[in-house]
Amino acid sequence: MIDAASSRSDSRPGASFDFFAFLARYGTLIALLLLIVFNLFFTRNFATLQTLNVNLTQVCTIVIVATGMTLVIATGGIDLSVGSIMAIAGALAPLIFLSPVFGENVALAVSVGMVAAILAATLCGLFNGWLVAQFRIQPIVATLVLFIAGRGIAQAMTNSNLQVFRVPEFQWIGLGRPFGIPVQVIIMVVLVIIAAWMLRRTRFGRSILATGGNERAAELAGIAVKRTKIAVYAISGFCAGIAGLVVIAINSASDANLVGLGMELDAIAAVAVGGTLLVGGRATILGTLLGALTIQLVRYTLLANGVPDAAALIVKAAIIAFAVWLQQQRRA
Amino acid sequence: MNRAQYARLVGTYGVLIALAALILFGWWRYDNFLSAFNVTTVVRYNAMFALIALGMCFVIMTGGIDLSVGSTAALGSVAAAMASHYGMAAGIAGGVGAGLLVGLVNGLLVTRANIMPFIATLSTLLAASGAALLLSNQTSVPISPTSGFMLVGHGMLWIIPVPAAIAMVAYVLGAILLNYTSTGRTVLAIGGGEDASRLMGLPVERVTFLVYLASGALAGMAGVLLAALGFAGQPTEGVGWELFAIAAVVVGGTLLTGGSGSVLTTLAGVLLLGILFNVLNFENGKGWISLSAAWQSVVRGLFLLGVVLLQARLTRQNTRSV
Repeated sequence: MIDAASSRSDSRPGASFDFFAFLARYGTLIALLLLIVFNLFFTRNFATLQTLNVNLTQVCTIVIVATGMTLVIATGGIDLSVGSIMAIAGALAPLIFLSPVFGENVALAVSVGMVAAILAATLCGLFNGWLVAQFRIQPIVATLVLFIAGRGIAQAMTNSNLQVFRVPEFQWIGLGRPFGIPVQVIIMVVLVIIAAWMLRRTRFGRSILATGGNERAAELAGIAVKRTKIAVYAISGFCAGIAGLVVIAINSASDANLVGLGMELDAIAAVAVGGTLLVGGRATILGTLLGALTIQLVRYTLLANGVPDAAALIVKAAIIAFAVWLQQQRRA
Repeated sequence: MNRAQYARLVGTYGVLIALAALILFGWWRYDNFLSAFNVTTVVRYNAMFALIALGMCFVIMTGGIDLSVGSTAALGSVAAAMASHYGMAAGIAGGVGAGLLVGLVNGLLVTRANIMPFIATLSTLLAASGAALLLSNQTSVPISPTSGFMLVGHGMLWIIPVPAAIAMVAYVLGAILLNYTSTGRTVLAIGGGEDASRLMGLPVERVTFLVYLASGALAGMAGVLLAALGFAGQPTEGVGWELFAIAAVVVGGTLLTGGSGSVLTTLAGVLLLGILFNVLNFENGKGWISLSAAWQSVVRGLFLLGVVLLQARLTRQNTRSV
């Protein structure tokens, strides 16, 4: 991918032009461009601001979660609990800002609610990281715990009731449009830029890649492997918390049964299509963004041209498998 | 007995002891816990999960994972319901056939295209779910009321519910396959070290392929049971079943890294999680506490946490003593 932050060098001296390698490197970007060109010709009303907004708002939460997921996967882990964490954050915030404790002070209620929800989500992530780093539990199993329990916690907090609200001060993060740009798109872009910068330019970023590349070697080289692992899961929880808030703000309602359902799979798919290796050691945040955009645009293209959603699922599956297969050819 | 042996013993038999303890607790505390009605209901319902967990257990023993089982079961239930109008056998064949098809794709993706099992089966999860929705027009598909297909779910063989009998046969075959055939030994060898197995001349690709095929077929059969139990093929059912199956396998003491595992303890893991649910329902009936469905999944999660922490402790001591 474009900013493939890699722990090893890709340039092979004297290698002639390798079609597969080229395709694997820029495949996602090419696919995205082809999709846009196709849509410009065949989909009515494609080149409008509204289309852009619809696609961006739909893909936002996936990208936000997938950004955290990319960091986790870069260390060789995985986070299955993101959907449940979204549900927890989405359940907690309205409980607080709708409670009568704050009286008329809406601004205070909303800020306390948001901070508490994101804090709770980060704590969930810390818990995951603690299990993975301290007890050396495999990430799939460690995060499976919160995947199962987390949604239950969210449902228990709300008695499985739908929480409906109309609080413009809060819903601004999902519905606000400064300068015509949706707020959640701004949040997404800021998060992506910070994460990409962190991964490429900071010691923490290099620690993440080193941990994923070879944990033992990283440890021997003096990298704080445990701390790095705990940190990436905490970041993943933090991102999931933000995504949970955005989702409920858009819906004007929070349903603990539905918020973030299946998000872990969407996020992992975006990461994989984007070119991040699932075994860790190599990661690209921009690739994840492109991956999520590609999956979203494929779905939009199919739906806009009258293909039913169920068939779009099958196409999405084929794209994920194909993209990962293509990246395999590059390594082979 | 040294620590490593002790750890091994607890890892293998701990789940059986826990299961026995849970059943004894239920028998002591609730009047109708071991009544024929309750027992048949529990085993009838959990047979589906048992079948899926069996396939998952084999896949995990090779060091892989199969995320597609839940939506494969949904697809299988739709296919079975549609085929049930041509008779009971056709219904079963339809469901298992659909499962085999998904397993075939999984096997090809993993062994031919060398795609990581996690991603390969993630994509077939989506595809099978899409196929189920397409086939069924996004609604539940009623089974034939006259062909006898519903007996697959609701019938009894002497005192054993048919789904439980099917699961028992599958587990016996699975245990024989794992312990007494070269294929079974190869499964464990692949999980222990794929490259080493290949160098030893073991048919790694073929056995891996077979394992995914079997997992698909078992998930399809679970779909058949789902359709027969609910009188309809249900395209949106099965969400999260894969993770439940993984949890059952883990609780059963099989390590996700592959190379070891047991069929019997996997069954115990399924029953443990299923009976835990049943016990919570009985406890609700007593009226002392009132745990909603939400709290039940919290309890399940905590239970998984306890098991995993225990395993982590034991295996760490295990590696230290080596």
